[in-house]
Amino acid sequence: MTSIGTTASVLAQNPVFGVAVTLLAYEFGRWAQRRCGGWPLANPVLIAIVVIVAGLEVCGISYDTYLKGGGLIQFLLGPATVALALPIYANTGRIRGAAVGIAAGVTVGATVACASAVGIAWVLGAPDDIVRSIAPKSVTTPIAIGISQEIGGHPSLTAVLVITSGIIGAMLSGPLYDWIGVRDWEARGLATGIASHGIGTAQMLSVNETAGAFAGLAIGLTGLFTAVVLPFAAYLL
Amino acid sequence: MLRTFLALLGCQAAGEVIRQASGIPLSGPIIGMILLLAALMVRGGASDEFCRSGQSTLGYLSLFFVPPGVGIMHHLPLLRAQWLPLLLGLIVSTAVAMASGALVMQSIERLRRRSTILLDVSATGEVA
Repeated sequence: MTSIGTTASVLAQNPVFGVAVTLLAYEFGRWAQRRCGGWPLANPVLIAIVVIVAGLEVCGISYDTYLKGGGLIQFLLGPATVALALPIYANTGRIRGAAVGIAAGVTVGATVACASAVGIAWVLGAPDDIVRSIAPKSVTTPIAIGISQEIGGHPSLTAVLVITSGIIGAMLSGPLYDWIGVRDWEARGLATGIASHGIGTAQMLSVNETAGAFAGLAIGLTGLFTAVVLPFAAYLL
Repeated sequence: MLRTFLALLGCQAAGEVIRQASGIPLSGPIIGMILLLAALMVRGGASDEFCRSGQSTLGYLSLFFVPPGVGIMHHLPLLRAQWLPLLLGLIVSTAVAMASGALVMQSIERLRRRSTILLDVSATGEVA
């Protein structure tokens, strides 16, 4: 038993461990979502995270050790974000036509996202540093980390809250838009990108390319708007 | 595939350089996305191969969020203590942000489409 434990902890030091575990858990998440008939609550990212965290905790492997391999997969987030230019380019005509709606949607959506999260956390008695960490939660991870640092939050906590928002947004998107009667793919995509950045965008891309393009565009605009406005707002508080 | 990956990395690297030099409050990959978009507009598109590999990268976009999400391990004690304000804050604010953003965008777009139709009608003098 100890020899298996030793083997596991030695193997965990090798980057192949983090990569393999991540791919395996994600594949399992996708399989589980298919088994549930595409049920939004069976989100592959959520399932993968829960499975990996439980596994690491049980085996006594630290996050930093996991990240030796996990970091290699995380690295690909950069080039994949750049590739969002492709669906945006394919939809430039629609985007140009809808410029006013996009600007208004992003301004309202990003302000509501930030103000409501801060308000709810504050009313429910969260301490000041936690409230500051939740403020940029709908912005894409690297930008949100920068904002969190600037306004006095905990960047690594912000990263976790950002990912969680993304998962929540991906889960809510379909049923919520049906319920409030938003049928335009442009509006669905834009709002999903505003509230749940890349994870929501991945979900939109899998349903409709135009929605994916508007979501990708909203990631950049929400990031810019929040990064410029939030530090001023936080300074006033 | 390799060329596409190199082009994406090149845009990201250029984005990082621009971010460092200018202090624009955006991340390197987002500036890289804007650069690639500009390049596509100037060139009038990309090769089929580039589009294909780019699209297949995007197919795995959500996978790349798994490792940073596992970082939740670092914050389990804090999350246990503050789970209610955090979870409620995230769920409610995500829902109201999505609803408000989508409704604003959809109503403005519908107004615009209606006014374009009206303008078309008045320009041609026909009644729809």
